[in-house]
Amino acid sequence: MAPSIVVIGAGPAGLRAAETLVDAGLRPTVIDEAPASGGQIYRRPPAAIRRDPKQLYGFEADKATAQHRAFDRLKDKIDHWSKASVWSVAARTLNVATEAGLKELGWDCLILATGAMDRVIPFDGWTLPGVFTLGGAQVALKYQACAVGGRPVFVGTGPLLYLVAYQYAAAGVDVRAVLDTAPPAAKWRAMPGLARGGRTFLKGLSYVLRLHMRGIALASGVRPIAAVPGPHGSVSGLIWRDARGRERRTDCDAVATGFGLRSETQLADLCGLSFAFDALQRQWLPIQDADGRADVEGVYLAGDGAAIKGADAAEISGARAAHALLYDLGRTGSAEQIERLNRRLARFEPFRRSLEAEAFPFPSDLAVDAADDLMVCRCEAVTAGELRRSVRVLGATEINRAKAFTRLGMGRCQGRVCGAAAAEILADSLGVPLETVGRLRGQAPVKPLPMGAFLDGAA
Amino acid sequence: MGQVGLSSRSQGQLYRVAATDRPQVAFTLNGEPLAALEGDTVLTAVLTNARQGRRFEFGGESRAGFCLIGACQDCWIYWADGTPLRACTTQVEAGMDLVTVPGDGT
Repeated sequence: MAPSIVVIGAGPAGLRAAETLVDAGLRPTVIDEAPASGGQIYRRPPAAIRRDPKQLYGFEADKATAQHRAFDRLKDKIDHWSKASVWSVAARTLNVATEAGLKELGWDCLILATGAMDRVIPFDGWTLPGVFTLGGAQVALKYQACAVGGRPVFVGTGPLLYLVAYQYAAAGVDVRAVLDTAPPAAKWRAMPGLARGGRTFLKGLSYVLRLHMRGIALASGVRPIAAVPGPHGSVSGLIWRDARGRERRTDCDAVATGFGLRSETQLADLCGLSFAFDALQRQWLPIQDADGRADVEGVYLAGDGAAIKGADAAEISGARAAHALLYDLGRTGSAEQIERLNRRLARFEPFRRSLEAEAFPFPSDLAVDAADDLMVCRCEAVTAGELRRSVRVLGATEINRAKAFTRLGMGRCQGRVCGAAAAEILADSLGVPLETVGRLRGQAPVKPLPMGAFLDGAA
Repeated sequence: MGQVGLSSRSQGQLYRVAATDRPQVAFTLNGEPLAALEGDTVLTAVLTNARQGRRFEFGGESRAGFCLIGACQDCWIYWADGTPLRACTTQVEAGMDLVTVPGDGT
């Protein structure tokens, strides 16, 4: 019998993984939460919203269209479970929540292409209505043809900051300011490494220039201080500190914020994979060999869910994971392909290093300096002070103990939003390196499920 | 107010910037009849009409979503019977009867 091969995620990595498997004559099951393929970066609007790809994806229009077509060509050759969410992995069975109810799916080989989301640092007022992530602001535009506000401010750091701000400006939105926490000189220092990004670098540069030419306020070396509410209770302004230490206020009706990306690794955790701390990305990632194999037999890793390297690299690591799988099934011809793909992937490394370490460094100080009364965990209303108290008074020495004491990370998002900042705060309280506080363990269900789903199943 | 593309007026948090020539979808929020557009998520339907979604369970302040990609669970609102739904990943449908505080609509 043919092995059961499952790809989780239908973004750039999942697509190329599935395509490679189909080309080899296999029929994988592709499970994805969205109604259509594309992942977050190439998210497709619902059928009722007709938009020109050039408008939707800008410079990436050709790439997005090519990927959508490539996935659509696989239609009869894969089993596509759309609007389906893998909520647990138990041994060799996936538990999947679908529109038709809960399902189980056995697997022999699994490619995890689970993607990433914004890495968030809380600041005063960040839970107000009208404050969204950068990725969220982008999805509103691409998926719903909506801006998150009429006069948004963009604050944070990373390539997405400028990309989304530019996309908003290009859509005719009155962007009030783009505020980068990276020091003003960081981009210049990073230039040699960034330039090795080639076309990706030039696109990034053009976003910054175009924002500048539109007269949009750009500032570097800033720190957000507070999002403040208006009379209606939603955000009406952002108070921030400029590079020279002066306090400023920008009126706005929305704030989009993010500080780079973090990998979605809960399912890797439930598969029983080992993790290692990645000092560059300041996060724990599943261990993989040079070809994308995890340390549990039959599990392969691809895309930003395995390590943040961007959409172009995700396509390549998706194909590589599939070839590693094929090689392990006895198709020796894949060895050559793996070598070729690894050479291409290696070219991304200097650029990624410059992005993360030099151009857009993660502002740990912003997390560490959180006031005691700042709500860090927005699900369970846990403050920075309570987190520090779990160390000082209760003797927590790592993040899962602090979770048990405070409920931080125990809420509906399972620490996806607060985890990165909470780890920084804990490490600072304990006076230890970030990796010493460990990582929040993944727990099933990795996303909330309606109780009705279980009751229906039992009936 | 701003120089927003095609639709410079918004009663809510979100502004439509394109593709506004879609059929309307009627739904109710806290008993008030409202209009969304075909293809809207529940979040878009609610936040183009209002500036706030659910009330936070611990403290009562308003929330209105955050990540918009189904990860943070901040955008939950409720069916009139109190059953929660994740607004950013649910498509709006004609006749939906939604409330921002569970139990308010019954």
